[in-house]
Amino acid sequence: MNEHSNIEKLGGCSEIPVLKERGQREVFCGLTGIIWLHRKIQDAFFLVVGSRTCAHLLQSAAGVMIFAEPRFGTAILEEKDLAGMADAHEELDREVANLLERRPDIKQLFLVGSCPSEVIKLDLSNAAERLSKIYFPKVKVLNFSGSGIETTFTQGEDACLASLVPTLKETDEENLILVGSLPDIVEDQLVELIKELGIKEIAVLPGRDRGTMPSISKKSKFILVQPFLTDTTEALEKRGASRISAPFPFGEEGTTLWLRSIKESYGISDDKFEIVTSAPRKRAKLALEKLRTSLQSKTVFFFPDSQLEIPLARFLSRECGMKLIEVGSPYINRSIVDKDLELIEDMPVISEGQDVDLQLDRCRESSPDITVCGLGLANPLEAEGLTTKWAIELVFTPIHGYEQAQDLAELFVRPLKRKEALFI
Amino acid sequence: MKLSIWTYEGPPHVGAMRVATAMEKLHFVLHAPQGDTYADLLFTMIERGNKRPPVTYTTFQARDLGADTADLFKKACKEAVERFMPEALLVGASCTAELIQDDPGGLADALNLEIPVIPLELPSYQRKENFGTDETFYQIVKALACPQEKTEKFSVNILGPTALGFRHRDDVRELKTILDDLNIDLNIVAPLGAAPSSIKSLTKAHANVMLYPESSELACRWLKENFGMSYTEHTPIGINSTKDFIEELNQIRGVRDSFSDNSRLNFDWWSKSVDSNYFTGKRVFIFGDATHVATASRIAKEEMAFSIVGIGCYNREYARKIRSLAKDLSVEALISDDYLEVEKRIADLQPELILGSQMERHIGKRLGIPCAVISAPFHVQDHPARFSPQVGWEGANVIFDTWVHPLVMGLEEHLLGMFREDFEFNDTAGPSHLSNSKSKLSEEKETIVDNEIIWAPEATKELKKIPFFVRGKAKRNTEKFAFENGHSAITKDLLYEAKAHYAR
Ligand code: SF4
Ligand code: SF4
Repeated sequence: MNEHSNIEKLGGCSEIPVLKERGQREVFCGLTGIIWLHRKIQDAFFLVVGSRTCAHLLQSAAGVMIFAEPRFGTAILEEKDLAGMADAHEELDREVANLLERRPDIKQLFLVGSCPSEVIKLDLSNAAERLSKIYFPKVKVLNFSGSGIETTFTQGEDACLASLVPTLKETDEENLILVGSLPDIVEDQLVELIKELGIKEIAVLPGRDRGTMPSISKKSKFILVQPFLTDTTEALEKRGASRISAPFPFGEEGTTLWLRSIKESYGISDDKFEIVTSAPRKRAKLALEKLRTSLQSKTVFFFPDSQLEIPLARFLSRECGMKLIEVGSPYINRSIVDKDLELIEDMPVISEGQDVDLQLDRCRESSPDITVCGLGLANPLEAEGLTTKWAIELVFTPIHGYEQAQDLAELFVRPLKRKEALFI
Repeated sequence: MKLSIWTYEGPPHVGAMRVATAMEKLHFVLHAPQGDTYADLLFTMIERGNKRPPVTYTTFQARDLGADTADLFKKACKEAVERFMPEALLVGASCTAELIQDDPGGLADALNLEIPVIPLELPSYQRKENFGTDETFYQIVKALACPQEKTEKFSVNILGPTALGFRHRDDVRELKTILDDLNIDLNIVAPLGAAPSSIKSLTKAHANVMLYPESSELACRWLKENFGMSYTEHTPIGINSTKDFIEELNQIRGVRDSFSDNSRLNFDWWSKSVDSNYFTGKRVFIFGDATHVATASRIAKEEMAFSIVGIGCYNREYARKIRSLAKDLSVEALISDDYLEVEKRIADLQPELILGSQMERHIGKRLGIPCAVISAPFHVQDHPARFSPQVGWEGANVIFDTWVHPLVMGLEEHLLGMFREDFEFNDTAGPSHLSNSKSKLSEEKETIVDNEIIWAPEATKELKKIPFFVRGKAKRNTEKFAFENGHSAITKDLLYEAKAHYAR
């Protein structure tokens, strides 16, 4: 691997070489985030302005069409929209009018840019402003880009949350904002723990609806629950909030360190911290102990997918005893994942970006015990005899926090167990 | 601009992928942004494909826009040819690349590759997936087919099966058996399993079987015009269509009669047996791609004695065919790719069975109407491990079983009606072999007080005694009857008057 000339050193505290690749990527675009965001923010509609491809991606990546009329849709550009700009804006206004009439429950409308809308330079921020004038205060109209030329997979959520930040209400109260969308149950667990530490004012971005979006002040502190929130972080800092940096709350150790960063930032006593965390820590440890035997010394290879890779690699290596071979991530923001990176011993190859054919070569060469990859690659690799874990499951399943530490480890245990159990 | 929520068809480049993925030794370089790589999972997940689709995406990014994207494309072509060593290269653009106008064909030509390069024009903002399959296969045939000496014995090609086609793999297997019976040699199956080098030999055959017009009509026509190859127009799905197909082949071949062993056909007797009495006049709605809808309509009418209440297709290319068929059936045709429109039509018609795609299955679930899948788009569960063709004699058997499966059959229907109060045998139970198919209809339609028309309590009670799978229709009919006859309240008597009025 050393002959790659595009290895760069990550400067600063972690002197870690990163293999930067710029070839064919096999990662979803940011539109995919809509699939969980539209469930999370319950009064929002996500209107993609794009092509039939965008509509097809949303429907295929969702896997099943369980929602009769979901709170997302695609305004598909047609030949006539491409001809003249004025036209496209009028058409958009008409579609929005129809939509809002049919769905009076919608309080927030996100216009979501796509590759086609960006290439033809359809100005959606302009459109959002115009439409806001018509529909505010009943409906708040915002815009962000989920295009594949600008964003990968989870960066769609980043763009969405970043678009919300300027609209957060200004106060001068202190509060702590948890940033990143989580399954409700996990969110409640984490909020509960922080409350028990003695912090009263806790808010979550994104709120579950327009009424529960956090307010913000120069005294606000925030902590990320997801590692892919680069632009959101910047936007929050621009509004004067300060970030508590921490490893991400995966596993017993991750969750404890994450909570401890909050504790330290607020000057909470060690005793208090012990009281609040000892029981769930013990539970999580015990549960992981049982699963560890199945994972110990097994090798793992990550294809880039959600930017969760580095924190998850930290969890797998430190808490489950797995050996990392390569940890690929579509994009690495050092200032966000450094705390996790620092904890990884026996540094594997860290790669950023992708050249999928070369990466497949490396993967086959190293024949890992488990390969974390997208749905497009999983079956082909299984057919070659490798064991895989669908990366997307890590995004759609509750895996954060103490009570989910076991579930997270189990996601990796199951394919290995299955391989052992099958006799065909 | 048109708001779309669920789509029946993907963009045309997905059609091109269906052709490329079906074939061997062919590679497709698609100028597209990274998100478009989602299309791989259609093949690897829905069909459980064990290989990656043979597609290289250039995955250009915003920072590449401008001069760089063309170079990126050329680099991708060169690397793909080196790595995968295909016999021919398809090149094309997705919706985004179409806008940046890099001209994949011209760029690939400039590389002077040693293999044929087949450029595709796939107008993403006008056409859809099925067009993509038809056009791609046609371009491949046009680029590669060349004059060949005919085989000595009468032989045909089977044209049309692609990846992600509804039961295409199994249809080919069944059709091979039938051709074998008829003593007709099979030259080549394409695109499924064909390499570019075998496309060259297409013209050795005497005629073509156009198995699915959606993906092979352009190629069949071109081969007829340029090589005088006749092609079959009957799709052999269903008993009578299979017979007609064989007859058509006989005519092309110039033989009077030929023997096809249909001793494995059970459908005809199954349909005549007394248990099937209960299918008579079952009201069905049929929607999907035009070919499967047309064949299903014939089966429904002639071979099941169902009553067809509506048909339609999502692929506009064949709208005319479906419209004229609808006229023959005296029903209205619905030509639409708007899921909500289809749902509305079904809700209005309240059929007892839907024959459709996976989209209609979702509609059926919501409305509490059973549905059997007859057409793409389909779900992983409609791609079974066992041999389950639609084509030919065995296909007919499979169709019988599939359509009957979601229905409440025979005596069971009576028993459900007789023992309505039985706690186990109640009307939300559904067919006894479908453990979790709880009817939603009974819950949704429970609200008995409508805005204009009032249901008397004793009529409501009576309505509940009507089997759940016709209750929605009964309620609707009664209200319509009441409305038309100027009643504002529905009594038990009126309920039965309406029933008599609508008796079939
Ligand atoms: S990559 Fe671009 S064109 Fe493709 S689905 Fe995503 S936004 Fe749409
Ligand atoms: S549901 Fe009962 S009666 Fe109907 S076919 Fe199945 S077993 Fe026979």
